[in-house]
Amino acid sequence: MRSLWYCVLLLALARTTAAQAPIDFGQALPAQTIQRYAMTVYPDGRNLPPGSGSVDDGRALYASSCAACHGAEGREGPAARLVGSDGFFSLDDPLRILRIRDQPLLVLSVGGLWPYATTIFDYTRRAMPHHSPKSLSNDQVYALTAYILYINGLLEEHRVLDRESLPKVEMPGRARLRWAEQPQR
Amino acid sequence: MNTSALRFAAGNGLLDRRSFLKSGYGLSIATAIGLSPAGRLLADSEPPMPTWMTSLGAADSAYGSPSPHESQVLRQLQPNTPQTAGFSIWHSPLQHQRGIITPSGLHFAVHHNGVPAIEPERHRLLIHGLVERPLQFDLQRLMRYPMVSRIQFLECAGNTAANALSPSALDGDCQALFGQISCSEWTGVPLSHLLREAGVKASARWVICEGADGGSHSRSLPLAKLMDDAIVAFYQNGERLRPSQGYPVRLFVPGWEGNVSIKWLHRLEVSDQPAFSKDESGLYTRILSNDDILAFGFAMDVKSVITHPSGRQRLPELKGFYEISGLAWSGTGRIAKVEVSADNGRSWTQAQLHGPVLDKALTRFSIPWQWTGAATTLLSRASDEQGHVQPTRSEWRSRYAAHSFNHYNAIQAWRVGRDGTVENSYA
Repeated sequence: MRSLWYCVLLLALARTTAAQAPIDFGQALPAQTIQRYAMTVYPDGRNLPPGSGSVDDGRALYASSCAACHGAEGREGPAARLVGSDGFFSLDDPLRILRIRDQPLLVLSVGGLWPYATTIFDYTRRAMPHHSPKSLSNDQVYALTAYILYINGLLEEHRVLDRESLPKVEMPGRARLRWAEQPQR
Repeated sequence: MNTSALRFAAGNGLLDRRSFLKSGYGLSIATAIGLSPAGRLLADSEPPMPTWMTSLGAADSAYGSPSPHESQVLRQLQPNTPQTAGFSIWHSPLQHQRGIITPSGLHFAVHHNGVPAIEPERHRLLIHGLVERPLQFDLQRLMRYPMVSRIQFLECAGNTAANALSPSALDGDCQALFGQISCSEWTGVPLSHLLREAGVKASARWVICEGADGGSHSRSLPLAKLMDDAIVAFYQNGERLRPSQGYPVRLFVPGWEGNVSIKWLHRLEVSDQPAFSKDESGLYTRILSNDDILAFGFAMDVKSVITHPSGRQRLPELKGFYEISGLAWSGTGRIAKVEVSADNGRSWTQAQLHGPVLDKALTRFSIPWQWTGAATTLLSRASDEQGHVQPTRSEWRSRYAAHSFNHYNAIQAWRVGRDGTVENSYA
């Protein structure tokens, strides 16, 4: 009986310490501020915006806004390699040795490595093009995502992507994914 | 000098520290480098006193800077990686530093989207997602919470990637090969204070942490680690963060790969799952030997490097006494011991650890060495208090695919030539 009272007392103490922060300088964060800045898109498509874009629209946009850094085919660099299996360059690539030595980051490719297609949308929207991030419309980001998936052979020509179809695209990296950290509360 | 009292601790001239001090050898070295006793008679050829001893010194300045004679001690851009103002990798000159604290201006930096020019009055930290009370903090309010200070290292996941990737050992100095590691005193507010105030919901497991840089660099981190020991840091080595290190506020996550310590911290979205941001999908994953992709492997493994002597240096005399000195660290605890070999791994002995030996901090080690003048290879092998030991390069390589380069922590080998040159090598 006495131990039961102890439990009740301890629980009550735990509740008060959990409920009351000793210092509370944080100010209420308005919903519209969250809406402006919450740009994270999740693998299941959560937080993808309305809009859509096609492979064809993406092709023109890629040529004008992306090819200068990522290469006409998305594999030449100097910026990150978008296309290809991940790993060293193929044996018939005449610049293979040079590329491995001089551009080590190009051994990783978006199409070969990334487990979820939603990441292409998330990153392009927040960070690309590098010199003017967040300048693309949602339709343009859908179009570029579609084109990058197309040149990786992961989406058919003339397809259109939107918030429903993008999370359904299957990436080859998904089957190879292992988690080093599986958090518990 | 009583050299007969010297005791060798391992092959090829590694000396026992205690016998070294008792032998009087240390004293005779001091004499040789010019600490001559006072009262010696001056020879006729003795030059006059230097002018700085016969004139008034200059005025000091409002903010100190290094001696102009040390102007070669600078950060350097990583060789062999295409970089722009937006994506840049700056290496710290480890071979010019002693002790364990990196001067703030020499701290390594990797920028994914350049350095933003943040007006501190307009900067906010937002906390939302799976919380009872979405909150925002301006800096003035944020900096009123009780602060903690910790001396801890920060290392890029890709530090020493050249030795992981290159089939033959590239000719590079310690800075080029190891310069993405630094150690500072970081001061700020435990993130757990702020998350508790927001009221984290029971289903929360992850927090998506994001910077205010142009590309909104973003990483998903386990809530448990952030509640355990992460801080939002405002100060580095006693002064406010440099812009290059995240001014006005950064996340600092002890022991974990550098890119998760989000600079210019702006937004924390509490979540039940990770976002698989660009950097946790590709750049900062590891490819295992069976081709699996390992994501969310955060802790930096136990590692060490001899900084004196190190790559591209030249030993000034072709035999004789040198102090071998270096740095060891582990993202999973304190350094327990560092063993050194001066004969390419045939024999090993323990180096002296110089205090303080701190959790997840750089630890300085040293050992006296009587070099015979023969070509040889110097190695260092660190162990941490959890029992983790550095692998050999071939052991490390066997775990990963040939193009995997993150979290490289193999034993480093410096080849010392008969001409005194020191070169990167694979033991």
